[in-house]
Amino acid sequence: MGASALGHVRICDFTGQLAGAGATRHLAAFGAQVIRIEDPVRKGRWDILRGSPPFKDERRGNEFGAAFQNHNVGKLGITIDMRTDRGRELLTELVRVSDVVTENFAAGVVERMGFGYERLRAIKADIIYVSNCGFGQTGPYSGFKSWGPIAQAVGGLTLTSGLPDMPPAGWGYSYMDHHGGYFMTVGILAALCHRLQTGEGQWVDMSCTEAAAALLGPAVLDYTVNGRPTRREGSPNSNRDATGTMVPHGIYATTGTDNWIAISCREDREWAVLAAEIDEGWTTTDGLQTVAGRLARQDVLDAELDRWTRGHDRHELAARLQTLGIPAAAVARPSERMDHDPATEAWGLWPTVDHAAMGEVRVDGMPVHLSETDWVIDRAAPLLGADNDFVFGEILGLSEAEIADLRDEGVI
Amino acid sequence: MGALSGWRVVELSSDGAAFAGKLLAELGADVIVVEPPGGSPQRGYGPFLHDTPGPENSLHWWHYNTSKRGVVIDLESEEGRDTFRRLVTGADVVLEAERPDRLASLGIDYADLCTVRPDLVHCSITPFGRRGPRHDEQATDLTVLAGAGPVWSCGYDDHTVPPVRGAGNQGYQTAGVWAAMSVLTALLYRAESSKGQHLDVSMHAASNVTTEMATYGWLVARREVQRQTGRHAAPRPTGDTQVVCADGRFLNTGVPPRKPIEFKALYEWLVELELTEEFPLAVLLEMGGHYEHIGIAEIEEDPMIGEVFGAGRDAVALIASRLSASEAFLGFQRRGLPVGAVFAPEDIVQDPHFIARGFPVQVHHEDLERSFTYPGAAIRMNGSPASISSRAPHVGEHNAEVLGPLA
Repeated sequence: MGASALGHVRICDFTGQLAGAGATRHLAAFGAQVIRIEDPVRKGRWDILRGSPPFKDERRGNEFGAAFQNHNVGKLGITIDMRTDRGRELLTELVRVSDVVTENFAAGVVERMGFGYERLRAIKADIIYVSNCGFGQTGPYSGFKSWGPIAQAVGGLTLTSGLPDMPPAGWGYSYMDHHGGYFMTVGILAALCHRLQTGEGQWVDMSCTEAAAALLGPAVLDYTVNGRPTRREGSPNSNRDATGTMVPHGIYATTGTDNWIAISCREDREWAVLAAEIDEGWTTTDGLQTVAGRLARQDVLDAELDRWTRGHDRHELAARLQTLGIPAAAVARPSERMDHDPATEAWGLWPTVDHAAMGEVRVDGMPVHLSETDWVIDRAAPLLGADNDFVFGEILGLSEAEIADLRDEGVI
Repeated sequence: MGALSGWRVVELSSDGAAFAGKLLAELGADVIVVEPPGGSPQRGYGPFLHDTPGPENSLHWWHYNTSKRGVVIDLESEEGRDTFRRLVTGADVVLEAERPDRLASLGIDYADLCTVRPDLVHCSITPFGRRGPRHDEQATDLTVLAGAGPVWSCGYDDHTVPPVRGAGNQGYQTAGVWAAMSVLTALLYRAESSKGQHLDVSMHAASNVTTEMATYGWLVARREVQRQTGRHAAPRPTGDTQVVCADGRFLNTGVPPRKPIEFKALYEWLVELELTEEFPLAVLLEMGGHYEHIGIAEIEEDPMIGEVFGAGRDAVALIASRLSASEAFLGFQRRGLPVGAVFAPEDIVQDPHFIARGFPVQVHHEDLERSFTYPGAAIRMNGSPASISSRAPHVGEHNAEVLGPLA
């Protein structure tokens, strides 16, 4: 095993769900010590994923939620009752020996807990504090609540995903919880870089809706520069190419039920190859030879192409088009890409961890390989308070008797 | 001063590297984007300023290359490759998305560049990674998202309609943000160890791990999700969460009320809007006030709780249908009920909240004697602000200042 990139970083982590827990997950995989803090009174259920489906088997309860397990691999888990004076003292001691404090509560919650940025900075001058919520900590909507689908709706991703004359299709999952977490990770790492160069900490205030809007740049500029809104006839049609350079470019039906293939031609030459392969009269229609001509006839072109693909098996056709150098891919079902895709298997994309309650489970790996300091995911999510002895004993230096008292008093 | 000021990134202009370069540039890195003679093919991407194609008119180029400096180098010539090597000698990071074997055949791959810059961080972004059985497949954003999972989960209840690829080249952007994370991780390690390294980013893998329950639902429970209109794909059909408002725009109703305080607020608003007579289930909303918390498990197990939960959902839909999307969004949220208006990209940069936070920014184009509104940096760093520092470069605009000193 190689070296660890972030082995010198300790994170005092209040995050949960995916938009927060997903961020610190990456840092843990690169070696950071991520100490996840949960509430012993509510048994950590602020993070609703703890006890939510999917489940591995018939067992249910707070330690069996597969999503929670997936998002918290590699972290340490402790409990602190922040309502108690002793609990707040413990957190203070932990912040003093941490590099970063992370959270994705609703705006203002940490401030009300008594640990806003000014307080954190008084405890440790160069602390990095990273908050992440739906609308950010300032502005008229800072008190608004959010989860993935709401951030996606307000951020513009829902409207832009769909076909003409249909309601928005949106994203069929919390895409912005993933990306909110990714942006948060970038924010944490950038703040660590700044501290490395200057010795200074800071507050990073993330907003998932802003992250969403930042993912739709050219569409924003088409409006602010050209005055062209996204809400117009024939728009959106997100299966088509927004740059106007690739035609055909779409998702077409194939044999069987709910089977589809994606095909795109990046240039005239690729269309010429595809047209020869189709070898039907319509492909030689005047005008189809150029991008401009195909753009003008795109509705007809798509209809004819769809009629052709309907006679083909999606996997066979994708392989055939690939041998011709044309970008094509069968629309993959979950089972296919996780159990039958040589690329994900060779990558090691689905590592297995041994969870103390659930047993062996496969989880999301990382889509990067670093030649010197690659990621490691070999430790399951912690059970509630699983690492209290280690963190309070080894890191904060409390004796066994002191820790036992904390337990008896319900502080941890 | 940006968080990454003092670090220099050399980016080979491409679909795959553009977003990572933009993120690093906004964070303060000195990003130099290298284009081939005549300019990057991305300059041919629409939309265009005044719908007039031209190398300096691509809004796609404008967006993805803010805060960067631009140079032209012909990597197909030995002279150009020499210049490139000298440029890399003074850089910390190389960011590229070339076909897996191209740079090696030119003698400027990581192994070659290490000889001139031993602690280089070299990040490659490719459709399937540089290794593995599918590394030479042809791919675009569309085909990657189709093969990696996102498309399967997006679309409509009607499965005779094709599934949908979400807009915005998200396959490239997902890989791009992972590339940025990896570069920062490698720079932090280099500061400790003085060692550089090669980073291999796979678009296919990045989108595969960005599909939420579609993935862990199969990995853990062997349950496949099915796509549904405007809401989460799920193993079994779930209720609508998208409502048409009185102005024809849509509202995402989020999670319907599950707490007493939410049922109370909903009931009171229904009364205020004089809609109770039209909504015989209002009595169930009052009952909702008596349950401590309604969870997914309770809804499945107790029929009465299911009725109450359904009434909450219906009441939200009724109110939304009588108001504009904006009125419904603000009204529900101010009453503590999490819903979201389905905004268009253009709505965000005109919305008071995002304006108050300074998210839309003016970027000056002195060449056009105008400024334009851009989406700003989404990472709000109070100590080392991220920002757009300049418009995208013209073709070869910084050749003299960047390459001159290398000659």
